[in-house]
Amino acid sequence: MELKLPIYLDNNATTPMDPRVLEAMIPYFTEKFGNAASRNHSFGWVAEEAVDYAREQVARLIGANEKEIIFTSGATEADNLAIKGVFEMYASKGNHIITCTTEHKAVLDTCKHVEKLGGQVTYLNVQPDGLIDLAELEAAITDKTILISIMYGNNEIGVVQPIREISKIARRHGVLFFTDATQAVGKIPVDVQADGIDLMAFSGHKMYGPKGVGALYVRRKNPRVKVTAQMDGGGHERGMRSGTLNVPGIVGLGKACELCMNEMAEEADRLSKMRDKLEKALMQIEESYVNGNTEHRLPHTCNISFKYVEGEGLMMGFNKNIALSSGSACTSASLEPSYVLKALGLGDDLAHSSLRFGLGRFTTEDQIDYTINAVTTTVNKLREMSPLWEMFKEGVDLNAIEWAHH
Amino acid sequence: MAYSEKVIDHYSNPKNVGTLDKSKTNVGTGLVGAPECGDVMRLQIEVDEQTGVISDAKFKTFGCGSAIASSSLATEWLKGKTVDQAMTIDNMDIVEELNLPPVKIHCSVLAEDAIKAAINDYRVKNGLPELEVENKAH
Repeated sequence: MELKLPIYLDNNATTPMDPRVLEAMIPYFTEKFGNAASRNHSFGWVAEEAVDYAREQVARLIGANEKEIIFTSGATEADNLAIKGVFEMYASKGNHIITCTTEHKAVLDTCKHVEKLGGQVTYLNVQPDGLIDLAELEAAITDKTILISIMYGNNEIGVVQPIREISKIARRHGVLFFTDATQAVGKIPVDVQADGIDLMAFSGHKMYGPKGVGALYVRRKNPRVKVTAQMDGGGHERGMRSGTLNVPGIVGLGKACELCMNEMAEEADRLSKMRDKLEKALMQIEESYVNGNTEHRLPHTCNISFKYVEGEGLMMGFNKNIALSSGSACTSASLEPSYVLKALGLGDDLAHSSLRFGLGRFTTEDQIDYTINAVTTTVNKLREMSPLWEMFKEGVDLNAIEWAHH
Repeated sequence: MAYSEKVIDHYSNPKNVGTLDKSKTNVGTGLVGAPECGDVMRLQIEVDEQTGVISDAKFKTFGCGSAIASSSLATEWLKGKTVDQAMTIDNMDIVEELNLPPVKIHCSVLAEDAIKAAINDYRVKNGLPELEVENKAH
């Protein structure tokens, strides 16, 4: 087979849509265009039926009941609804939320918002491998704690948190457990019953479905969980999320979930083998470091720092043919390097030097071989022009130099 | 954000990468930036002591493509100029030549700082007073 360029290794940012998903969606844009809330004619019934079916497909993937699925516009909305909705609904019980510093901004910024409304939020630090400390989590619980919000798998480093242990702690203290599982659902087995999850956010476009659709799982039994709606309107989705349902998007999310359910095991196996091959080869490069725990990790992700070269400069060496992401400041609007990598205790220099590889359903082995070669060549080339590499090779202690910070 | 063709060209074929012998009195070295900030530039000039003309310039840069291109361009411009002429190189000239977007202006500032630091190093080595340098970097 011929090598397909450009190579897309940024599947943690978004995934291409599976053509089978698109096929399922198309009729719902045109001839089956009805409003799922139109109860009195066949156009509405057809749309409603499609939504019901999708709800079953989604629920099945995560071991839920279909009544526990609230469709949203994506994971960001689901994160907002879960955190703000619990904060409002359980105000009489308490105002304290526990989360951690490596969460996605959709969780962190929502928590910041809740603080402005009078909430108390504890941001747990993570250990150098990216995992939270369970003893620290338990110690942070007070009689005012209403919610623990810890992500399933991290978007930058792929580290998978000890979800079952976290939920046991939450249960023991009568605290609700919410997890942003955007990167995990469809990639690894996620089961809300076995995992003890009370609320869970996820999104279509991270699992080969469409953008603009996601879901919030809200537990209905043991305990029955409720969230206060954050948008007022027609009272859709059991009153928790108003707004005309995005029928084609929901159909797409359902189909994407079905495909993941059927193909996940095989796909995870294939991707982790390729990921490991990539990682092993790139770790042959001197002064390269894997970021985050490699044992508890999503199968398709790895994050590596190549010391003494800068991430954006590195990507420029091959970004015509390879698309990936860096924790370098230069790639962000804020000019700050990745807060996730910094939370692991990495120095800014290593955070600037990181690349994130996110493999996906359509990644091929020869693309991985090409990437290994391109990254290795570019790291070597840039080190030849790096003053830091020269100093390192001469045995100069870079920490002893007084750098002019600007 | 896409890079300008000139940035890509300097990045792909950088001019004057290398190291001059910093122990020589006619070599001036400027090392600016910080690893924590994601860019470090080392720029060196070798001055012909008879004529005061910069006969050679070399750089090594840790940074993004724009930082590499800015320092590569700076070494090109330095060669053949007198030290006094070199002092007049302004970062905005680099911005213009490379079509740098606003978020990359700091790369050009760093290159200007590196030029001035190299010249001052040369001056101090040769018993001349350091020139005042306006600090454009924040």
